[in-house]
Amino acid sequence: MTIHQWLPLLVIASSLIPGSIIFFLGEQQIKLRTALNLAGAVVKILLVAFMLWGVSINQDYQVRYGLVEGLDFALHADALSLLFVSLAAVLWLLTTIYAIGYLEDSPHRRRFFGFFSLCVTATTGLALASNLLTFLIFYEMLTLTTYPLVIHRGTPESLRAGRLYLLFALTGGAILLLAVVWLQTLVGPVEFSATGSLAQTDPALYGSLRLIFAMLIVGFGVKAALVPLHVWLPQAMVAPAPVSALLHAVAVVKAGAFGIVRIVYDVYGAEFCRQLGVMIPLALVAAVTILYGSLRAVYQEDLKRRLAFSTISQVSYIVLGTAIAGPLATTGGIVHLVHQGVMKITLFFAAGNLAETLGVKKVDQMRGSGRRMPVTMAAFTIAALGMIGIPPTAGFVSKWYLGIGAAQADQWWVIGVLVASSVLNAIYFLPLIYAAWFASPPDAWPDERPRGWFETSPALLFPPLITAVLTLLLGVLAGLPISALDWAKLIVLQEYAP
Amino acid sequence: MDAEWAMTGLIMVPLAAAIVVYVTATRFVAAWGVAVAMLQTGLTFSLTRSILQSGPVQVPLGGWEAPLGIPLYADGISALMLIMTTLVGVTSTCYAAAYFSSLQRDPRRSSSQPSIQTFWPLWLILWSALNALFLSADVFNLYVTLELITISAVALIGLAGKAQALVAAIRYLFAALMGSLFYLLGVALLYSTYGTVSWHLLAETVQPDVLTWCAASLMIIGLLLKTALFPLHFWLPAAHANAPAPVSGLLSGLVLKASFFVILRLWFYVFHPVMPASAGWMLSVLGSAAILWGSIQAIRQQRVKLMIAYSTVAQVGYLFLVFGLACEPMGMLAWRGAAYLAFAHASAKAAAFMVAGSLMYMVGSDHLDRWEGIGRREPKLIFTLALAGVSLMGLPPSAGFIAKWLLLNAAIGHGRWEVAAVIVLGGLLAAVYVFRIIGVSLSSAVPMPEVAPVPRMMRWAPLVLAMAVIVGGIVTTEPIRLLEIGAPPIAAREVAP
Repeated sequence: MTIHQWLPLLVIASSLIPGSIIFFLGEQQIKLRTALNLAGAVVKILLVAFMLWGVSINQDYQVRYGLVEGLDFALHADALSLLFVSLAAVLWLLTTIYAIGYLEDSPHRRRFFGFFSLCVTATTGLALASNLLTFLIFYEMLTLTTYPLVIHRGTPESLRAGRLYLLFALTGGAILLLAVVWLQTLVGPVEFSATGSLAQTDPALYGSLRLIFAMLIVGFGVKAALVPLHVWLPQAMVAPAPVSALLHAVAVVKAGAFGIVRIVYDVYGAEFCRQLGVMIPLALVAAVTILYGSLRAVYQEDLKRRLAFSTISQVSYIVLGTAIAGPLATTGGIVHLVHQGVMKITLFFAAGNLAETLGVKKVDQMRGSGRRMPVTMAAFTIAALGMIGIPPTAGFVSKWYLGIGAAQADQWWVIGVLVASSVLNAIYFLPLIYAAWFASPPDAWPDERPRGWFETSPALLFPPLITAVLTLLLGVLAGLPISALDWAKLIVLQEYAP
Repeated sequence: MDAEWAMTGLIMVPLAAAIVVYVTATRFVAAWGVAVAMLQTGLTFSLTRSILQSGPVQVPLGGWEAPLGIPLYADGISALMLIMTTLVGVTSTCYAAAYFSSLQRDPRRSSSQPSIQTFWPLWLILWSALNALFLSADVFNLYVTLELITISAVALIGLAGKAQALVAAIRYLFAALMGSLFYLLGVALLYSTYGTVSWHLLAETVQPDVLTWCAASLMIIGLLLKTALFPLHFWLPAAHANAPAPVSGLLSGLVLKASFFVILRLWFYVFHPVMPASAGWMLSVLGSAAILWGSIQAIRQQRVKLMIAYSTVAQVGYLFLVFGLACEPMGMLAWRGAAYLAFAHASAKAAAFMVAGSLMYMVGSDHLDRWEGIGRREPKLIFTLALAGVSLMGLPPSAGFIAKWLLLNAAIGHGRWEVAAVIVLGGLLAAVYVFRIIGVSLSSAVPMPEVAPVPRMMRWAPLVLAMAVIVGGIVTTEPIRLLEIGAPPIAAREVAP
């Protein structure tokens, strides 16, 4: 095996190995555990960076391993997977730092960090998967490894949330399995390829292909929280803040959205999807999810629940961009994969800081929090403005491309959806920002921690700061050749290649 | 020559050790067990290598050819079954050694517990009989080994000594003896008609007449009773759940697979030309019913060992799907899937029973209520249970996933959507009971429970076994290639173009 084959495996191993070792360490071997975690995360970023450089000079990284005939475990670093892997690698490092600060002195950290690493392993695996089987393997692994994180606290409430999560995720996984096996019996093993591989199928199978498409979307839609499969997501908010952050930004929810992108572009192909007539229904589902999520978010009193409904809405931008299917809309959808992740993780970090430092969990307790925690709330504000889509944040770039993409595809109703959603975003975020900065703080916070050098512990403070800066940079520098937008354009160029 | 020694050794080594241990009543009885385990590993390895290199092996024992002598025969599926037996046997041996020595040292427990001296000879005889069964080349020899397996299994259940266990053991004895009688009757019919008991010779000469059909039905019904296919599973839950900790895994993992293996042999190698397709479908329908019934019963149980036992009823159902799916173009996939599932289930189920045994030893009960929060005290055991559960649910990466994928592929390939639905639904139902145990064990609603200490080996043995199941989902090329060596002609001929 050459280094080109080893590299995708090494990217996965960089979190798998530390994760596996952590299980066998003692609960109190904190320094070793932290060192392993951080070393793994840094190594992963370096490997991904090397791979990005390699792919940009047309290096091909792939590895294939036969399980049974017709069943190949295959990894391949294409442009789309690298986009997702980079996001996962960067956010994993930041979330790990955050989690180390957040879980200080809490029990069962060994279990937590072990599964945390395995969860990232599954995410990188499905990002690098180059066929449906491999994707499915990591998708199910993701379900299993996130369950212990969701129920980490072990309270009856979190156990209930865990059960609900499993009910949805495993049922979705089962439907997905059926669809994948069915598809394989019809057309043989399905490899991901830019522009898709099913266009040449016998027209007699179109009916089956439509049904399979629907089953695949349901399977992925459960994790992507498409309405009405979103029920588990707000409940899963009982998980500790770093888990919610990772779940919403990269791991679970994003995995579902990424799966839908893969299905539409790399399995069926955008053109073939349109031919089958499955794009409009998908766009409608996405539009309904966007509006429903935003609408429900407005009425949530609990900060994390409000953010959860916001995620439901925002992730469907990716699906919507995918389903409108024109080069510009696709760019918008794919780039939102990154932009939403960076913005949402900032919001969750900030919410975690408020809860951890001040005991603030409800929306109406946030009054004056900007004065007590200016850095955290500044990060929160930037990310929230990004969610609304105000320039020059990253969110603006996504919405801009989605909007002109919809115009290009003559889908004017989509612009209506985008505007309505932005207004709703403003309704549920702006009052928070206003209250945080301009209202006077209460006499006493619900559960305040003693103040140290900074407004909260540095491990909690810097991650949101960094992601907030990233939110701005991704927007301001979107035109530069190293930005996520530029990379998304490269992907789109391949997907729409003649 | 190599293979002959290996095959003879696989049968004779445990048998000889059983006799030595029994006659000398040595104090170092566990050491004998471990020595046998090490030898068996080497012999299995050597035989498998030889089969991979030069195909199926037939050995006339002592140089006497059939029909006079007792020939031994090993092909790919025998090798896989032997690997399964060795894997589960070795880990169970280590587990049992730790378990019994810990019982002996604990004065509070030893009075009510079986003597360590009884377990080892019985288990070694069982081991020898299992190996002999997987290597048998004639149907009468299969009968003898089945009987040996039954008798030693019944005695092993009885070792638990409690009234519940004795009742269960007796009930198992009656069911299994009834099964043996049916089987023997079938063998007698065949012998009187064709004048041979070698299944190779039978395969060449069977005619599709009433007599053969009767013989086949009798033999298979007898074996169904021993394999506990729904609705003949009535004896299984109590017997497997009340057996001593190291025994339950052996029963669910290996003993059931022995009679299932005989059905596979008879069905695909001997009777396939004379069996109507509808008979295969009937077995599949019963299998589907077993999956649903067993899973639902498992969900309803309050005792963990009963839960795992009912899970066995369900998993046995999966094995029988092959008889309906192997008659049509994708037969080869179903054949591989079922054989691989037998292996996957043996390891996963034995691991699960070992975990249950260890936790029961610590808590003093296997009632689920008593296990609340146990996972915070014993994370490694619960992690092991979860790994085994992954395979039982058929989720990747595990041997169970590969096996279920193959079965599912065959089912959908034949357009058998109802079977596909049952396969998938069974996985979901398995998730319900597996995660019910895990959820309760991770609960923080109660203070961390106090437990009795348990020997380290009782934590590591199941973990090794569970890891093997996971590895079996990653390293699959070799075992699947093994299954093609000496695969039944019918299934091979009907591979999809």
